[in-house]
Amino acid sequence: ERKRFYQNVSISQGEGGFEINLDHRKLKTPQAKLFTVPSEALAIAVATEWDSQKDTIKFYTMHLTTLCNTALDNPTQRSKMQLIRAAVKFLETDTVCYRVEEPPALAELQKNEWDPIVAWAEERYNVAIGSSTSILGPNIPASTKDTFVNHLASYNMWALQGIEYIITQLKSLILSMGVIDRHITVEKAVLLSRLEEEYQIQRWGNVEWAHDYDLCELRARAAAGTLFVHLCSESSTVKHKLLQD
Amino acid sequence: MAALGTPLRTFRGLLRELRHASGRASRPYRDTPAYQHIVAAFRANRVTSEKLCRAQQELHFQAATYLCLLRSVRQHEALHQEYHGRGERSPEEVAGLVGFRLPQQPGGKG
Repeated sequence: ERKRFYQNVSISQGEGGFEINLDHRKLKTPQAKLFTVPSEALAIAVATEWDSQKDTIKFYTMHLTTLCNTALDNPTQRSKMQLIRAAVKFLETDTVCYRVEEPPALAELQKNEWDPIVAWAEERYNVAIGSSTSILGPNIPASTKDTFVNHLASYNMWALQGIEYIITQLKSLILSMGVIDRHITVEKAVLLSRLEEEYQIQRWGNVEWAHDYDLCELRARAAAGTLFVHLCSESSTVKHKLLQD
Repeated sequence: MAALGTPLRTFRGLLRELRHASGRASRPYRDTPAYQHIVAAFRANRVTSEKLCRAQQELHFQAATYLCLLRSVRQHEALHQEYHGRGERSPEEVAGLVGFRLPQQPGGKG
């Protein structure tokens, strides 16, 4: 664990984007590249992460910094298409499509909580998804996968890193599109992702050092991913429209 | 879009979280870029309860997401410190658990 070695954190604008300054030093990625981000709001949020550290630097709490480092270094060296394929592949084992038959109370809960979000995705993207109680999971038509591949291709590389991150955390492409499209809040998406855990907690009781710990961590990661995607894919057209009016 | 709450509540929550988050308090949290950015953004968009403006909704969602992030990180860290922060026990402590004491070895271990 590293001690906090800087007094002041500030941001500045360089050639490649916004940079983070720890005292007079410029922040670098793990692969020693200069840390630059395309969005000022994102830079401010990253700076806040660094400024929040007290005596020691707790990297495991700095989710936005981690996401930026991943986008800048691309340590797994995946192309845009590989990221998209990985994301869409998750649909085959999407949490909200993978249903139990027993116990009946849980099956009912899944139906009541997950059917609406699946229906939303089907309508929003004009695709067929469905759900399944089979161990093989739902059978996703190729046209559905193609639709999602095309949709995700409209995002830039940074945003895609974020999207793939959210999907990995929530274990669901549908829930991830739900937050990215601002249809549900992060808290709701996390709740839906953890539906079975929540059911078991209701039934058997809550264990703070495990359940709440995991819940907070998942919320933090999902929120970081969602914020990251939105800040990396912001366009200035919204502001432009307001000015024209 | 369900359960976002009022913009005012989100705004207040954000300011509260930023107050908690100021690590070394080298300067008041009101001087930090994050505070100023959030205040400016809310002011500029004058987030009201009008449901029609898409830009306002997008900003509110973003603010609520950031609030979720700050809050969850703080709560997670608090839980971590409380339950997982103590590390391993020393050999002396372990011996003490079952009522033993480690022998004094003035010459060091053999």
